[in-house]
Order: sequence, then structure tokens, then C-alpha cells
Amino acid sequence: MSRRTRRATAAVVTTLLVASVAACSSTGGRKAVEDAERARSAGKASTPTMTIALVTHSGPGDTFWDIVRKGAQDAAAKDNVRLQYTADPDGAKQANLVQQAIDKKVDGIALTLAKPDAMQGVVKKSIAAKIPVVALNGGLDRWKAMGVTSYFGQDEKIAGQQAGDRMLKEGAKHPVCVIHEQGNVGLNDRCAGVKQKVPATQLLYVDGKSPASMQTAITSKLQQDKAIDYVLTLGGPIALVAVQSKSSAASKAKVVTFDTSQDLINAIKGGTVEWAVDQQPYLQGYLAIDQLWLLKTNGNTVGGGQAVLTGPAFIDKGNVAAVEKFAASGRR
Amino acid sequence: MSTVSTSSTPPAASSAAVEDRVAPRTGAVKLLRLPEIGALLGAVAVCVFFLIVASAFRNVDNVGTILYGAATIGIMAVPVALLMVGGEFDLSAGVAVTSSGLAASLLAWYFNFHVWFAVLLALVVSLLIGLFNGVMLNRTGLPSFLVTLGTFFILQGVNLGMTKVVTGNVASNNISDMQGFDSAKNVFAWETSIGSVAIKAPIVYWLVITVIAAVVLRKSRFGNWIYAVGGDSDAARAVGVPVRGVRVVLYLFVGFCAWLAGMHLLFEFNTVQSGDGVGNEFIFIIAAVVGGCLLTGGYGSAIGASLGALIFAMTQLGINYAGWNPDWFKTFLGVMLVLATLVNVWVKKKADAR
Repeated sequence: MSRRTRRATAAVVTTLLVASVAACSSTGGRKAVEDAERARSAGKASTPTMTIALVTHSGPGDTFWDIVRKGAQDAAAKDNVRLQYTADPDGAKQANLVQQAIDKKVDGIALTLAKPDAMQGVVKKSIAAKIPVVALNGGLDRWKAMGVTSYFGQDEKIAGQQAGDRMLKEGAKHPVCVIHEQGNVGLNDRCAGVKQKVPATQLLYVDGKSPASMQTAITSKLQQDKAIDYVLTLGGPIALVAVQSKSSAASKAKVVTFDTSQDLINAIKGGTVEWAVDQQPYLQGYLAIDQLWLLKTNGNTVGGGQAVLTGPAFIDKGNVAAVEKFAASGRR
Repeated sequence: MSTVSTSSTPPAASSAAVEDRVAPRTGAVKLLRLPEIGALLGAVAVCVFFLIVASAFRNVDNVGTILYGAATIGIMAVPVALLMVGGEFDLSAGVAVTSSGLAASLLAWYFNFHVWFAVLLALVVSLLIGLFNGVMLNRTGLPSFLVTLGTFFILQGVNLGMTKVVTGNVASNNISDMQGFDSAKNVFAWETSIGSVAIKAPIVYWLVITVIAAVVLRKSRFGNWIYAVGGDSDAARAVGVPVRGVRVVLYLFVGFCAWLAGMHLLFEFNTVQSGDGVGNEFIFIIAAVVGGCLLTGGYGSAIGASLGALIFAMTQLGINYAGWNPDWFKTFLGVMLVLATLVNVWVKKKADAR
């Protein structure tokens, strides 16, 4: 660097530092959350440290899976478990991650069976290597046959049907079901469940990785078909985008959704989103880890050979207050 | 292939009438030879097609939605097109938009900064990303495809990692209750209406960027430099064009536009998801190519890229307006884009043959 550029850099840095002192916001931000954050410590088990791998089909940066992971982390902290979290949305790659966990000789494996056929081989290998396996979130109809110890999740089709039932009861005639990941079995099941109850349900595929393109896609659908009275999204952040679309299209449709996120809880409270189907992702992660710990330390099986259903439950204006205080830390 | 066969015909024609080559071109041919005219006809074709098949497309109220869709692509497609004319790619352009939005909201939230201060810091971050791409390209001599691919992955990791470190979650926290948010929203995410057409902020920014980029590219010395660098960088250097400087400036322009787009996303949606933006880099490149940019550099236009963005948005939304079976959405999109580009290429060929 020449002296002139160095002097210029110094000047810029100084300006930024001075400005940063002067340019503070007295509202919101980290301070507000930290003031509200409570201590979250529930002691720790004295059992020997064990290692458990949690392998999901989450894409990077997914709010839903972040909640699952937090549940697993909290259980791990309590049970004196070393948690190794890995994820890949691609079936073959997810299987590879499970194989790596087997290679590392972990004490237990918790995994999602969203793509059961891709996972079958590694599940078999894991059980042969005497590593217990539990399943969560996806694979309700397959886990038992594969020899998995227990399952924590919801039946996506039943959840869809219940959402459809509720929409029907509220007078829905022409809902649109927004799928943000093409080819995802679970998301398709949800829309199929809704369609069983409300046959006029239409599908709309959007690009879940680009809010602006989701916004215009949903807007255009609302403008094309003015009869649409319900927009059902399949993820918390997408519902918030749909709220924007609704105002862009000057539509009177109601926005409802599957799954929650921190901001979504606030939107339900504010009335822009009517309700959310909650499958308690935190519980799925938490119970999966806790089950493996119980199995190792006491030989217990949660659910007694049956699937443990963590949902569906509805969060609406009536009960949002009970959930809200937990949402701030990203656990609901 | 077909381009070779057409370029081999002129000699025969020119030997018959030599003065044809030097004779001034007629106005119509001049118009046809403008690099963006093909894209314009492609856009008109797509527009007419959907006007016929999609009744909702005919509704004037919906023009705002289509323009907004085009603007969110076009704001980035224009700088990416300039870069491509200059012979380089930027695969990090999609996630760089997310990085910028995250930088502003994370900095504001974590340090309790005034929102406007964080917005300015995000501009610094975005320009640094552009500077990094440009300098790395010049220093290493690697193809820009590789250099920016590296940045693409680095930024993806930083986006997720930093968000997790700062907030403990995978999305930035809502900063809409912080000081300065409302005034920043009034700048980056305002909305007004002309008649019944809703106009959102990015539409205006997109048009301004397009005009500036078009004027610079066509009328200024710097514009000539861009064509020269993209056409043959060694020859450009030999005649005294500051090749390295031109590249850095082009990457800085991408950084600036990424900042603008990122600020819009932040203030439109209040939070930014850390995994967003992946895949958009290709949509920007697609818009530039549909609009007439060559992948090999040295040819293309800013207005063309904007028309490419418009074609992309019209097709994407037109399929929804037409209410076709959504299972086949991507297929329709692919067919329409290829057809629109064929119109563009066909016009260029016709014009060149005159």
C-alpha cells in the first residue's frame, strides 16, 4: 500500500469508529433481546459422555431445521452428549453423511427419513454395527420396517387434512397451496391432504431461495385468480412473503401456513397470518437425542414401538401468547 | 455452424457491388443493427403471446407486478451484463445480495447501530466483495469463473456462519423496531402508484441503473474500454487501456448494485434468510444472455440485459397468469426463454446480412 492509500484507509477507519459511537439506535436490536433472554440451564446428567450424530435433509440456513437442531443441542447439553450435526438435502449425500457417522463409531444416530429408499442401506449397516438409530420428521410409514428404534414427527398427510378441515370450517372455497421446494415428498403430501378436504385447492410452485421471486409469483397467482380466498404456505418465512403479496395484489385472501418461525409468531399475534400448523420441531430434535440417551443408559423405548406424534397442533391468535415468550430465542 | 455459413455469404455479395460495403446504411438497417433490438422484439413477442393466452396478463393493474419482478432481476442483470461485455463472470452476484442485506441487519442489531449507519457499512462490505473479486482476478490470473466461484462458496458460508454467530438463528433478526428503519424503508422499499399500477422502489432504481449503464457503455471512453477489454484484453492493454482497472471498476459496480438489491430485500421483508440468493447468479447471467450478451465477452448491451430481465419476469409470471398446470412450470419457462432468445438471434442475423 502506498502512503496515500494508507492515510486514506486510516481516515476511513477513524470516521467509521467515530460514527459508530454516534450512530446508535436506542430501540430494538440485540440489547432488547438480551434484556429479555432468560437463563436456560437445566443441569447436566452425570452419565459418561457419549457421541450422537444427527443427520437431517435440511438445506443450509433453513429456519425450521435450526429449531430442530436447537432441540437436539439442548437435549445433548442435558444428557452429557457430544452432538455432531450434519445435513444435506440430497438423498445420496445424506446417506454418505450417515456412513461417515458409522465410520466414526458414534454411540447413536438420529436421522430423517425424508428419502427412505436412499437411507435404507446405511440404516441397515448402522444396526449391523450395533449403533442404535432413531428417526425424526420424515418416514412415518417406513421407519418400523427398517428396524429403527423409534420415530418422532407428524404425519404430513394427516396434518394436511387437518389444515384442510380447518380451512373448510372457516369457509375456504378456493385455496392455493404454495410449494417452495419442487419434488419434496413431505410438502406434496401436505398439499395432497389439503386437497382431499378442499378439492378446489390449486398448487403453486415458487423458488424458496428468492423472496422477491416468491413475492411476485404469489402476487401474480392472486391477480390471475381473484377467487382465491386462502393462501397456504408450507414454511414460516414464506407465509410472511405471502402477506406482502396479498397487499400487492390487493387480495382479501387469508394467509395460513405450516411450520413456525420467530417472526411468524409475531405475525399471528399481529393478525396478518391467521394460523400455523405446528409440528413442534424443537421437540423432534430434543426427543430423538433423549431417546438415544435413554436407550443407552436405561434400555427404554419411547412410544413403545409406536410413532410418537409431535403434531399437528394449531397456533392461532387464541394461544399465540403461550408460544410467544419462547419464540424469541428461536426455539418455537 | 449456422453463423459460419452466413458469414461466408457476404464476400460473394460484396464482390458484385463493392460500394455496398462502404455505402451509408439506411435508417432501418441501422436500427436493426442496434444490439438491443433483437431483445426488444423478443420481449414484444413474449408480451403479445401472453396478452393472447392469459387474461390476467391483459389487466393493466398487474403491470406493476411484472415490472417489479423484472426489476429485482434487472438491477443485478445490468452490472452483470457490463461485466460480461468486459469478458468476465460473477458467480457470487446472487449470494452477494444476501450478504449485503445480512451485513446491514446483523450490524445494526448486534451493535445497536442506527439503521442508516449500518446501511452505509453494508455498502462498504459490498464494495469490498467487488474489490476482492476484481483484485483476486488480476493478481491470480485465474479465470473469473473460478475466482468468483470461490467467492460464491465463501460468502454462502459467511452468510450462514455469521448469522448463526450473531443471532443464534439462521435468519437475521427483525430490525423494524430500530431507529432509522422507517426512513431507510422510505428510500429502498417505498411504494407508490401511477393510476392503478403499483410502482415499487426497485423499478425506478432498475431504470436509472439501466440508463446510466447504457450511456456509459455506448457514449463514454470507459464504455469503449469495456468492449476492448472483453474483445481482446491483450490488444486493449497494448493500446493503453487500463485493463486491470476496468475489471475492478466493473466488479465494484456489481458490488454497488448488490448493495442496492440487498437493501431492498432487507427493508421490504424486514429480515433476511441466510440461505437466500443461491441460484440467482445464473438468473442474472441468463437475463444478460437472453438480452444479447455473448458468453465470450466483447458484445452485449445494458438495455438488452434489462430487456432480458423483463422477458424472464414476463415469462415466469405470465405462466402463472395463464394458469397453466404448475407441474410443468419449469418446462414452459425453458421453452419460452429459448424461443425469445431465438427471436433475438434471428434479428441479429438478419441485420448482419444486410
